[in-house]
Amino acid sequence: MKLASAGLLAVAAALLASCATPQRDYQPDALAMMKRDFHARGSAGMDRLNQDSVQAACNKYKDEPPQGVADKLQKEQLAAIKWPADGKLLGDWKAGEKIAQNGRGMAWNDKGGVGGSCYNCHQVGPRESSFGTVGPSLYQFAKKRGYGADIQRYAYGKIYNAKAYSLCSQMPRMGHVGALTEQQMKDLTALLMDPASPVNQ
Amino acid sequence: MKRALVLGTLAVACAAVAQTPDPTAAEFDKFREIMEQDNPAELFEVKGEELWKTPRGPKNASLEKCDLGLGPGVVKGAYAQTPRYFADVDRVMDAEARIVHCMITLQGFTQAELAKAPFSSLVRTPEPVSIVTYVAAQSRGMKFASPQNHVKERAAYETGKAIFHYRAGAFDFSCASCHGVDDKRIRTQPLPNFTKPEQAIRAVQGWPGYRMTGGVMHSLQWRLNDCYRQQRFPEPGYASETLSALLTYVTVNANGHVYRGPGIKR
Amino acid sequence: MADPMKIRATLQGDVADVRVLMAHPMETGQRKDAAGKLVPLHFIQTITAQLNGKTVFTADVSQAVSRNPVFAFKVKGAKVGDKLSITWQDNTGDKRTDELVIRAGS
Repeated sequence: MKLASAGLLAVAAALLASCATPQRDYQPDALAMMKRDFHARGSAGMDRLNQDSVQAACNKYKDEPPQGVADKLQKEQLAAIKWPADGKLLGDWKAGEKIAQNGRGMAWNDKGGVGGSCYNCHQVGPRESSFGTVGPSLYQFAKKRGYGADIQRYAYGKIYNAKAYSLCSQMPRMGHVGALTEQQMKDLTALLMDPASPVNQ
Repeated sequence: MKRALVLGTLAVACAAVAQTPDPTAAEFDKFREIMEQDNPAELFEVKGEELWKTPRGPKNASLEKCDLGLGPGVVKGAYAQTPRYFADVDRVMDAEARIVHCMITLQGFTQAELAKAPFSSLVRTPEPVSIVTYVAAQSRGMKFASPQNHVKERAAYETGKAIFHYRAGAFDFSCASCHGVDDKRIRTQPLPNFTKPEQAIRAVQGWPGYRMTGGVMHSLQWRLNDCYRQQRFPEPGYASETLSALLTYVTVNANGHVYRGPGIKR
Repeated sequence: MADPMKIRATLQGDVADVRVLMAHPMETGQRKDAAGKLVPLHFIQTITAQLNGKTVFTADVSQAVSRNPVFAFKVKGAKVGDKLSITWQDNTGDKRTDELVIRAGS
């Protein structure tokens, strides 16, 4: 008798729990609904709703992937970075500041050039007070970390593909998706790394 | 822009008592409070009421039999209780989607013509925008109470939550990228965390809102559309189920907070 | 006829604090539309306020005033039951009049 009541209690508890909390993943429903309700516009095609390996992992693990998963995918993303053929990573920081300020590009109403949108999320140079705080401050980037080739490579690589260094970072993969050109990324790297850049004053 | 200049100066001159960690956010709140007196949104409330009561469309009918969830023609309090399930369409609808439905079924307009150019410009305010402003104003001072009684209402919440967290698009953004974190801002715009009840109210407070940039009236359908544009996604359908689900998620999170009526935005 | 105004009047003793919201595009004539064409000048030129049929003021307004403007003023000698009438006229000849009867506790 005791066992049977305990069993009944357990079943009752499970039933109550299933009423109170969702038992299943609603992502498939979400995806089906979005695929039915969205439509392509401008350069924004329906393929943008498809998850690549990074997005799938970050969606599956709610931005906290297990170490093994993160290591594997970060390695793949890093391997896919196209480094400049001439081996030079620094461009013109003055051009870089303009690119950092420009928030346009890749949206369905954008027709022209693409900017880096850096100030949307980061503090960069010291003279711009209209900066976001979604990402860390980049002020004195090289001054704090060093001006060497390894840091240059990290800066360029991070701009090209932020996920190569932190799988579920909220930072877009500006080189990987073809948002920024090689020259633009060199100019942004210079903005962060050039000793003459206002960022490092 | 004389009025904006004068009141802008007033806002700056007021002593900034920072109640939030970011003093910029406090100044924005002060600015909104001042601007909410004599809000041009009221002009659209009046226009919306006229549109509600006037026979229009191929069927030459008014919207006075439209059921917004509290019974045909009951406007008072209805906005604060959306999104909700509607049996006649077997789906959850937000207020504007429901108004569009009524314009189609009662007045004979078509989905295609209402979805063609649904957002305000300097020279034109679409009828559903004025109507939803009027409807929303009739819930001024009431608590949000989007119901979760029907199984589809609960499913809309969960699906909306999943949509909210879905990272995709050219920039790998989800809604949560900006609105799932505390105390962040994009440029100087504070980003409330809509996953938390005490901040989710900021998703729905002040909408529909008169946007001073351009002097236009915008509703939540516009706001969600513009979010997806900035997320570098393709475009969500106007008054679609996806947007109703998203609105269910944030409104339910905000339930219990008082709605102050149509607002004013920067 | 042009879109309606929203008039609010609060009585403090015998002074009515009046606020008028007017729906008007207030084009400066300097703005270009999406096609790049200049949008013609279109703005409220005069505002007239009357209390019980007697003009209490007229205002000459320029195109510098913003879209959907608010006009606020105080008028002395007002009481409950008084009729406030506001008229605007714009540079195209379009005009609009709206009225409000001052109520107690309004």
